[in-house]
Amino acid sequence: MELLIALAIGTLTASGVWLLLRPRTYQVVIGLALLSYAVNLFIFSMGRLRVNAPPVLDGSSPVDPAVYTDPLPQALVLTAIVIGFATTALFLVVLIVSRGISGTDHVDGRESER
Amino acid sequence: MNLDLQHIVIAPILIPLIAGAMMLFFDDRERRLKTVISLASTGALLAVAAMMLWRVHNDNDAAALVYLLGNWPAPIAINLVLDRLSAIMLVVTAIVAIPAIVFAIERWARVGPHFFTLFQFLLVGLNGAFLTGDLFNLFVFFEVMLAASYGLVLHGSAPSRVKAGLHYIVINLVASLIFLIGIALVFGATGSLNMAEIALRAQSLEGFTEPALHVGLAMLGLAFLVKAGMWPLGFWLVPTYASAAAPVAAVFSMLSKVGIYSLLRLALLVPAGGEAFGSALIFIGGAVTLIFASIGVLASQSMQRASAYFVLMSSGTLLATFGMSEPAATAGALMYLLSSTLAVSAFFMVVELLERERDAAADVLAVTMEAYGEAASEDEGEEAEVRRLMPGALAILGIGFSLLAMVLIGLPPLSGFLSKFAILHAIMGPASHAGEGDAAMRIALAVLLILSGVTALIALSRMGIRTFWAPVEPMQPRVTITETAPILFLITVLFALVLLAGPVMAVVTAAAADLHDPSRYLGAVLGAEHVPPFAQESK
Repeated sequence: MELLIALAIGTLTASGVWLLLRPRTYQVVIGLALLSYAVNLFIFSMGRLRVNAPPVLDGSSPVDPAVYTDPLPQALVLTAIVIGFATTALFLVVLIVSRGISGTDHVDGRESER
Repeated sequence: MNLDLQHIVIAPILIPLIAGAMMLFFDDRERRLKTVISLASTGALLAVAAMMLWRVHNDNDAAALVYLLGNWPAPIAINLVLDRLSAIMLVVTAIVAIPAIVFAIERWARVGPHFFTLFQFLLVGLNGAFLTGDLFNLFVFFEVMLAASYGLVLHGSAPSRVKAGLHYIVINLVASLIFLIGIALVFGATGSLNMAEIALRAQSLEGFTEPALHVGLAMLGLAFLVKAGMWPLGFWLVPTYASAAAPVAAVFSMLSKVGIYSLLRLALLVPAGGEAFGSALIFIGGAVTLIFASIGVLASQSMQRASAYFVLMSSGTLLATFGMSEPAATAGALMYLLSSTLAVSAFFMVVELLERERDAAADVLAVTMEAYGEAASEDEGEEAEVRRLMPGALAILGIGFSLLAMVLIGLPPLSGFLSKFAILHAIMGPASHAGEGDAAMRIALAVLLILSGVTALIALSRMGIRTFWAPVEPMQPRVTITETAPILFLITVLFALVLLAGPVMAVVTAAAADLHDPSRYLGAVLGAEHVPPFAQESK
């Protein structure tokens, strides 16, 4: 499972970085989204991967910490998702404004001279 | 310790948050009301920050005031930590924010919606980042600050602003993602997000966790250095700051100091072999930034770009000096931080007023060439609109320009000289340990400091001559009192910094000593007692 997660994060990061370096703003947005997925998975995996272990305590029985997974990374991922979502939405607005002002979707606001 | 004084630590976050949110209820046309609310909130911030600095500095037994949110016991609670350094940063933020708001009243607050609200939220992020003692909350406050800054960069939406803002947003989003990777690695290695607890656990790490922690810290450092604008990471800074509106750029000169603050805090909490984490790299990066900024100042044609390069120059000086990781040098650098931040933000405003005049003249000329008759009547209409002109504006702007130039260059008797002298004294003076292995570093830093002063002198005198002396037609800037007052205010503060150099130096020296002795910070944070719940107390 560790290998699978690592490969998934690696693939997402690689695609994200490649898209980020492309000249079209839409590609940059998708690249940022893929990168943030990779980062969220990475934060998640830093709480160590566990199968069948809930993060929320069950109040009915005495607490045995070994049965539970670390809830903190999950809370962090949640926050990171919300913030990433908001900033990406804001970036989309800027993208559209830039498209409207410059008439092109190139990140520099003009086509490269070639 | 009574109740209200204890809760005051959280006030710098709550005051602008409430003020900013409150202003959302009113229409943008209620400009006077919004101005009053903003000024009241920022004035309250200054008062609170000054009071807290006073308290922290004069309280000898504790290095820091710690506020445990939700009253959980020490390492578990998300905490706010107020030590001397964060108190100093809070005071500077408030001092920079007040003139920026006043400056914006006349012109910039009118050109787009929600200027004052965004400004207050920017202050929430700044103050939160200075106060928090928790790594993830640092990230959250960074994001609050950045989200507000995205809006402010685009404020006035000129094409150049949108283009620079687009790059600014992408780069900062990527930096935030790197920040998150760093947090995750540090958490994976130490199992904690509390900075003090991380520092404690870093001392006894085994196996793969130690390199993991170092990689994590390096990632965090990368994110902070993007903010600070260190050389290979700082190319976004100049176009963004140069195209932003003047009051925004003025407060952004504080924004780049947040990166430096966070770097300083974290690097010194996790020392590697008696020195700050990654100090050699910080030194080299800072030195190269200083060289880059010096060349940039000489090369820039417009004054806005030059003032953005002065932000980089101040970052470079600070980073290179912190890279020495020596308490006396750090104290000098903190002094430099105070004077350069204030001077650069005032400089942005002066430049705005001067360039605006030049632009207006150029525009009129272009119009005149196109359609001769109409230009004059247009000009008259504009003339009538301008209210409460400042008498002798050119003289005031000229004097302001030359005083600020003296601070930026580091000429005596102003604070730029004092702070550079403090740094040079720390690294070359009799009390320093010159002659040890790092002699080359010391000499390099001293040479660079002096050379950067020389390039600033050349660039600024050329700029001054071109603006004030060279024009054939005498320039008559149409400047109002509300736009001159902020500049005069900042210059007064700079003068006060010279007159009160003794006490200020005592505060920054104590702050630097605290930073270089993390055990005091750890003791304060981890030993923080949680308050007995109210119900129990009253029994």
